[in-house]
Amino acid sequence: MTATENPESASPETNPGVPFTLNGVEFHANDGELLIDAAKRHGVHIPHFCYHPRMTPVGMCRMCLVEVDTGRGAGLQPSCMLPVTPNMKVNTESEPTTKAQDGVLELLLINHPLDCPVCDKGGECPLQDNAYAFGPGESRFVEEKRHYEKPIPISDLVYLDRERCILCDRCTRFASEVAGDPLIHFIGRGAQTEVNTFPEHEFSSYFSGNTVQICPVGALTAKPYRFAARPWDLSETESTSMVDSTGARVALHSSQDRLVRIQGVDSDATNWGWLSDKERFIYEATDSPERLTEPLVRDGSGDAVPTRWNNAVKQVVEALARPSDPRRIGVIGGARLTLESQYAWAKLLKGLGAVDNIDAQLGDGLPAELVLGLPKATIDSACQPGGVVVLLGPDLKEELPTLYLRLRHAIQFDGVSLVEISPRVTSFGDTVAARLNPLPGATGQIAKALADGMVGTSIGRSSAEELSAAHKLLISDRPVTVILGRGNLAESTDIIASAVASLRRANPNAKFLTALRRGNVHGALEMGLTPGYLPGAQPLSAAVDGWDMAPRSRGLDTAGILKSAVNGTLDTLVLLGADPLTDFPDSKLAAAAFERVGTVISVDTFMTASTGRADVVLPAAMFGEVDGTFLNLEGRISPVQAKVTSPGQTRADWMIAAEVAAAAGGDLGFTTLAELRSDIAANVPGFSDVHWDRTGHGADGPVITGIRSWEPTLTETAPIPPADDYGLRLVVDRKLWDNGTMTLAAASLKGQVGDAVMSVSPADLARLRIPSGNEASVAVGGGDARTVVVMSDPRVPVGAAHVPFHLNGVDASDFLVTGQPVIDIRIQAL
Amino acid sequence: MSRLNEANVELAQEIIARYPRRKSALIPLLHVAQEQNGYVTTAAMEHLAELVGITPAEVLGTASFYEMFKFEPQGKYMVNICTNISCQLLGGEELLHHAEKTLGIRPGGTTDDGLFTLEDVECMAACTEAPCLQVNYRHEYRLDHDDFDTLISELRSGSRPDIPDHGTLGLVRQHIPDGRMAGIDSPEKTGSPEWFTARSSN
Repeated sequence: MTATENPESASPETNPGVPFTLNGVEFHANDGELLIDAAKRHGVHIPHFCYHPRMTPVGMCRMCLVEVDTGRGAGLQPSCMLPVTPNMKVNTESEPTTKAQDGVLELLLINHPLDCPVCDKGGECPLQDNAYAFGPGESRFVEEKRHYEKPIPISDLVYLDRERCILCDRCTRFASEVAGDPLIHFIGRGAQTEVNTFPEHEFSSYFSGNTVQICPVGALTAKPYRFAARPWDLSETESTSMVDSTGARVALHSSQDRLVRIQGVDSDATNWGWLSDKERFIYEATDSPERLTEPLVRDGSGDAVPTRWNNAVKQVVEALARPSDPRRIGVIGGARLTLESQYAWAKLLKGLGAVDNIDAQLGDGLPAELVLGLPKATIDSACQPGGVVVLLGPDLKEELPTLYLRLRHAIQFDGVSLVEISPRVTSFGDTVAARLNPLPGATGQIAKALADGMVGTSIGRSSAEELSAAHKLLISDRPVTVILGRGNLAESTDIIASAVASLRRANPNAKFLTALRRGNVHGALEMGLTPGYLPGAQPLSAAVDGWDMAPRSRGLDTAGILKSAVNGTLDTLVLLGADPLTDFPDSKLAAAAFERVGTVISVDTFMTASTGRADVVLPAAMFGEVDGTFLNLEGRISPVQAKVTSPGQTRADWMIAAEVAAAAGGDLGFTTLAELRSDIAANVPGFSDVHWDRTGHGADGPVITGIRSWEPTLTETAPIPPADDYGLRLVVDRKLWDNGTMTLAAASLKGQVGDAVMSVSPADLARLRIPSGNEASVAVGGGDARTVVVMSDPRVPVGAAHVPFHLNGVDASDFLVTGQPVIDIRIQAL
Repeated sequence: MSRLNEANVELAQEIIARYPRRKSALIPLLHVAQEQNGYVTTAAMEHLAELVGITPAEVLGTASFYEMFKFEPQGKYMVNICTNISCQLLGGEELLHHAEKTLGIRPGGTTDDGLFTLEDVECMAACTEAPCLQVNYRHEYRLDHDDFDTLISELRSGSRPDIPDHGTLGLVRQHIPDGRMAGIDSPEKTGSPEWFTARSSN
């Protein structure tokens, strides 16, 4: 891909490339380059419909036929299927070429309805554009056109109008080749061919919205955008998705100061133009009636009532000044914020307030030491041809869907071998080179065995063959990347850290990608919103200019903060876009903490369960309304840009921090975004050369290589919990669609959230004598039993039980207990 | 429920085992499904998708490409009359008209008693025997109108045991003797043929 991006990559001295003639002018193509790409690179646009640079060419639409002479006489050839060969003569303007284009268009338009005036695609439609530029202008077809029922929903998000379809195979190819969800297909033959789903089956793919974006006609339209705007009324700006930590590049489209659409932008380094439906349709949340638009304070009767900013800020200052010791203040959240806002809040709380009980992760992430200290890979380096990727973490399709697509492509087309060390079989399915699904608690043991080469016999359920294949790949001289995440909320991070230690011993050259799901969580950690670090991962002992009051001793993480509230040693709790009551795994602990804590301050965009309990609520502007910067999981910075006005009295998070500082008589040292950025550049190692105003414009943003004065200290001695012969080890992970605040606030997305069930391997279910789909009694330790639906699922290893977190149905937090290395549950037939 | 019955699942497993990739068995399995129910049912397609490891949409996409797979109930006897050039010259069209009148249906239709479905088809490779037709894919040669009437009454009275109900292609039930099975390693496992590697390295 870089070859097409960068025309200078083939140096003329070493490899002149393939000489060919294009419309009478001599050019050079790269080895194996398709004619349509080579022509584009040299400024000649060849019209096409089915060709898409990120998918295998199929030559279906015939629009890209051009006259080619390879020495055997000129003839028409599809330029999307034709690699340039030496001395090929190409004419894209000759009479045979234009006549072919004319003919192809006339035939394509035979059955195409003339409903452009009411079509969403009208105005940005390749068929319309090509018909104007290359078409015959008039049709000789007077017969009745083909008719189908006008748009039919093929999922909750996508509508299909078969009359408009020109059968280019883009959507169907995307579904099977890119997404791996072949749920739409060509059906029928000849003139009766249509794209459709299987009867009564939905096109239920996490990536369905991409088919709408790549459809070259108006056959596929997105329900949230249908009839919302006309393309010529849209105003557009480029930004970065903050839905997860991949940082997919997006274009925000607005009409009349409302966000109406998000499109994927083809970034070589990250998402290749693809988006998950969550990234694509999340903009609906900005318009939600649930938005907080004015500051709230609790009055004498306990109701939250609107107030003026001055008053709310004054109360925040009082609540922060009241505790006798900064260790009695706790701060949770920050991953929703832009990098600049994260720095502002970190400077306010740590630099001026000496607070170190700050955690942007809610007990579902990784130790900051690993995220900040491990040598970083990039998505490109992980996906490089011939590489090895070790997935020590969750199902990426559920947590980082666009990263999943990149890795899936690398496995399918670039010979990347995947070693899966996940608590259950992931969406990579049979494409993995070695699959180890250790029971919770055994992850460290498996990694140690791989490092020691003790792979001759099976360990637990992992066979000797799989272990030995994994070992060979791990120690091979191929580039090894470990994708590290939290595959199981019910397994302690000590166990993951020990597994990391073993993998590093096995292959000291291995690089890491930390697959955390919360939007800008890497930015939050880098800016110091985590206990024990100043911005730039500097130790607390470092001297940072303007951070005079920085804490000297390491504070508490989220679990520690909540426990300290329960113990009565916490007076003030600040929530930076966090909802611990529903989002912290152990909801019982969070609920107890909220019972005991003194004052709760919430800076948020929505009224959540936790914000509903806050004494002071400060309304923040959100994604699409603020300018700023995003730091993705690679450490790549890219711009987040405002497209619409933020509603009501909402303000950018960094402005709120500056306001609080000023009201407290302090000074953060900046009053504009530019000054704030200069502060970051001056004080955060690695950020001194960042060109904030052109990060990512027309190119991929740079990766910040953090400068670390320390190495993570890791030991391979994690506790190995003894197995419980009667119990099942609990696996709790995330699904893409969960009851997250943003998902519920987006009208089209909230219906996507499904019901959680408990899944157990078929063997265990048979042993327990429970028919799949029946209710059973489930208890943790000596706790109360819950009645839940139990399903059979071969992807769950024998000895484990799986529940997704934060869905409807079974509530996983019923079973999660903070501080346990693993959790064993008992299931009994009713 | 019109998934494959137990005997046919067993047959399906035997057929799947003949191919390096499970999904290659899809076409013969569709014939089995059609033979069982008279047409390819939605439930059967879902079942086949499970058996060969693809999505039901892919099964329907493949099956609907072929005219001989039917997705609606058909008559017990599928009568296909050829009207391509050789048959046409020797009275194929007249035969078709006669059939329409006799059976009281148009091509594509099924008689009310559910016995016969009539189709107007293209060449079925018996031009020397024109005009010809097929009943459940078994040929009948050089028919005049009386021959046709006789055939229909024989079918009605059940005196043509050589023509199975609904009909399927003989090849589905082929039995390959032990030791005669071709290699069933998938191309990915065996690697590219030598001529291919030689060509692509140039």
